Amino acid sequence: MLRSIDVLKETPSQTAGPYVHIGLMPNSCGIEGVYADDLGSVMVNDKTLGERIAISGRIFDGAQTPVRDAVLEIWQADHAGLYNSPSERRGTADPNFTGWGRSATAAEDGVFRFETIKPGRVPFKDGRMMAPHITLWIVARGINIGLHTRLYFPEEAEANAVDPLLLRIEHRARVETMIATRKGQDYTFDIHLQGPSETVFLDI
Amino acid sequence: MSLRSNDAPETGAFFGRDRTWHSPALTPGYKTSILRAPQRALLSLDGTLSETTGPVFGHGMIGEQDNDLIHNFAKPGESAIGERIVVHGRVIDERGSPVRGALLEFWQANAGGRYRHKKETYLAALDPNFGGCGRTICDDDGHYAFRTVRPGAYPWPNGVNDWRPAHIHFSVFGHGFAQRLITQMYFEGDPMIWKCPIVNTIPDKAAIEQLIAPLDWNNTIPMDARAYRFDIVLRGRRSTLFENRLEGN
Repeated sequence: MLRSIDVLKETPSQTAGPYVHIGLMPNSCGIEGVYADDLGSVMVNDKTLGERIAISGRIFDGAQTPVRDAVLEIWQADHAGLYNSPSERRGTADPNFTGWGRSATAAEDGVFRFETIKPGRVPFKDGRMMAPHITLWIVARGINIGLHTRLYFPEEAEANAVDPLLLRIEHRARVETMIATRKGQDYTFDIHLQGPSETVFLDI
Repeated sequence: MSLRSNDAPETGAFFGRDRTWHSPALTPGYKTSILRAPQRALLSLDGTLSETTGPVFGHGMIGEQDNDLIHNFAKPGESAIGERIVVHGRVIDERGSPVRGALLEFWQANAGGRYRHKKETYLAALDPNFGGCGRTICDDDGHYAFRTVRPGAYPWPNGVNDWRPAHIHFSVFGHGFAQRLITQMYFEGDPMIWKCPIVNTIPDKAAIEQLIAPLDWNNTIPMDARAYRFDIVLRGRRSTLFENRLEGN
């Protein structure tokens, strides 16, 4: 008899629901004092190396209405392109930068915001360098499984043109949906869940 | 979490996600998904360093009462109202290995089915001694436990008479960002599970059953709290065979 390869099934995802803030950022929704701080609310300190940047934006649904109950998380390399993770074998990342942040879209206007640093470049699996990028993960009521995407930087046109992930996007007009716009140190990255400018989401 | 010296570093990419096991994005029975579901194909790609790595949370950040929802919002000497329960289990990956150091965050309604949130409008009463959030970090065996009250069921505006079965929301961090997962736990024997439009976004009955925690009679604490067992499976990693690296397994 053929012996089966024993692999378990991943626990199915369920929506984060409308009250996700209670669990992930309780201080921001009036449940104060259980935790000292909301995790991921501060990404940099005085000693963090690298260029300070801010990223803000909104998430639009299929009726072009901002989603005001989403939570976003970002994950990125440090200024030198190293991840602060045990799975990072190329060196030691900046100890003053975890690389991870969490923000909610505001209940009033749907704007999210991260204050972080610009990441360095990280190699693709085959050694080619990826363009500097930030990984985003989005959960909300009505989203059954968290959405992964990436933010790339508009001033990196040369690196973006050879980025192995961006090169995989068949419909070239959609590459733009993963590139932020810039004003000084402030970047804007709007995410579209549906419609002609639907953001490229990743199965990765 | 610090790696022990005899641990092989975890560098492999994750098994591809079985998207037929999860809910599709568009599930019209759950109305909110209609305008929030991406309509174009996802871009499928083997994981890179940006997904195989992930943040680490230390045991040091967890407060003494973070895993005790009966007391972590209560006034001194008081406790939350409701049926006292312990929820425990293991976080493992698809290969069956414990995910040591995994961070779990959980949130829930109170015993009457009311959330402590400014957008919440259900007429059930708030419990002044219940906040509804907790968190913990798995031990080296992937085990976790927390104490809470059993949440109530509550109605929600979807169909005319839709109710959520009693449930606890879980957010899980494994070792790589690609393992990031949010889900909900239900209680064995609850007939409302099978009527719920959110539960029913999951196409496979066996997948739904993975979210139902059985009563764990042996671990029930006499004269104190009943126990429910909820094991969580995160994506497994490929061995780094023939992948240009010396380490691996």
